[in-house]
Amino acid sequence: MAVLVIAEHDNASLKDATNKVVTAAKAIGGDVDVLVAGANASAAAQAAAKIDGVRKVLHADSPALAKQLAEAMEALIAPLMANYDAVLFPATTTGKNAAPRVAAKLDVMQVSNIIGVEGPDTFVRPIYAGNALITVKDPQPKKVITVQPTAFKAAAEGGNASIETIAAPDGPFKSAFVSEEMAKSDRPELTAAKRVVSGGRALGSNEEFHRVLDPLADKLGAAVGASRAAVDAGYAPNDYQVGQTGKVVAPELYVAIGISGAIQHLAGMKDSKVIVAINKDEEAPIFQVADYGLVQDYKTAVPELMEELTKAGV
Amino acid sequence: MKVLVPVKRVLDFNLKVRVKPDGSGVDLSNLKMSINPFCEIAVEEAVRMKEGGGGHAKDAAKEVVAVSIGPEQAQETIRNALAIGADRGILVRVDGEVEPLGVAKLLKAVVDAEKPDLVILGKQAIDDDNNATGQMLAALLDWPQATFASKIVLQDGKATVTREVDGGLQTLDVELPAIITTDLRLNEPRYASLPNIMKAKKKPIDVKTPSDLGVDVTPRLQVMKTAEPPKRQAGVKVKSAAELVGKLKEAGVL
Repeated sequence: MAVLVIAEHDNASLKDATNKVVTAAKAIGGDVDVLVAGANASAAAQAAAKIDGVRKVLHADSPALAKQLAEAMEALIAPLMANYDAVLFPATTTGKNAAPRVAAKLDVMQVSNIIGVEGPDTFVRPIYAGNALITVKDPQPKKVITVQPTAFKAAAEGGNASIETIAAPDGPFKSAFVSEEMAKSDRPELTAAKRVVSGGRALGSNEEFHRVLDPLADKLGAAVGASRAAVDAGYAPNDYQVGQTGKVVAPELYVAIGISGAIQHLAGMKDSKVIVAINKDEEAPIFQVADYGLVQDYKTAVPELMEELTKAGV
Repeated sequence: MKVLVPVKRVLDFNLKVRVKPDGSGVDLSNLKMSINPFCEIAVEEAVRMKEGGGGHAKDAAKEVVAVSIGPEQAQETIRNALAIGADRGILVRVDGEVEPLGVAKLLKAVVDAEKPDLVILGKQAIDDDNNATGQMLAALLDWPQATFASKIVLQDGKATVTREVDGGLQTLDVELPAIITTDLRLNEPRYASLPNIMKAKKKPIDVKTPSDLGVDVTPRLQVMKTAEPPKRQAGVKVKSAAELVGKLKEAGVL
């Protein structure tokens, strides 16, 4: 049994999601190799070689792989599967884009977004926005799987795997990268943050959203998230969205401010270790999942919270 | 340009999902079914390409064909797309679950017959949440793909697509024919007007079966059990920010 893990990285650095997918791969069993596909991605390959339990890192480097577009990833990964029984992608936008393409090329039905491994061929995954969980048996000889990184602990460092350079696909490909516009922030990335402060529609405007949430997030060293209602109303950009149609987060501390707690939002944050809800509506469903609920208008609650955090030395 | 829009019939997004007590699946009996919201966005975008709207030139699309894979009742889902403005429909009639791989194979057969220049479909269905069909269809056709689209600009035989990716936006050029999957902010679908709903009833729907298309849709994966997710217990209400900070310190998260 050999499992290939597709690394999540930005060429310069390896993302923590990779370590989490390695943990899922170890649970499946067998040898675990990591593929780093990128452009000038040696640093990411070296970081992958240090993950505990990794046998070998495959490193493919080419300008065509700079953005890990689906066509190039398919051309690279599908032939590699002659040597592997399973390939695991992180369920990030990059992984979700490429994995089904590889699966179809291999005539394999993919197992999407697993949150648990019950055996080498048996997995648990959410459906209906996490309102039901199915246990799926995959009898196919080759498996293509996407892994919800927040559901697994990150594999620690401590390994010393060899790095093998492999050929990158030639192309040309019928899609081309034009540009990107990444949100610039000194705050941690939402899905990787240990603390998240999220705002909902109650904030009322884009200005108010940032006026209230940004200082609190900075104080806590937290990432900022938003409910879909807040995103739809234009208070926050879409990449802030936590929920079924946005990002799934599982931080140690999740602070929901002015969020009612629609099912689709809960699907994205209910695995957080500690959930705090601040909402003036006592009946808001968010209180049904919150460890600590404060029924108070955010307008007074957040300033008081800031003050108490300062007093507590945070 | 001809645009093909696959649409899926799913449990209405406003309804609460109930797992059957015996764990054999989700209870859908007597519940309202609707067009998958991401599919509706795809239909809206295709119709704007025809009508001229959302930044598209009028007649950028000459014909919009809606296709659904599903039971007889999926005709209603197709009618929904026709009421938004699609020209005609194709139902591939299948009772029972079809996995994304099977759906992609059926759609490939439809694409081979219809020869569209663009297939635009939802990024995921809100029932099985696979997020796979579009990418699989692209692979089977060897077409380029632009998933999670929030903006589409058509010109000179290509589509320039802005994609919602982790951390921001990414723009790609894809040569046509291509596959585009829709994200939420691509557009806001219209409410179909009554005259258009009536007109939709007269538009043709062609019905086929997987065997007509020569496709085996036997599922590959076996669902062993369906369960409710573990319930999170509601915690305590605190009276003040001071008490909250105290509790958070106790919990060791500050």
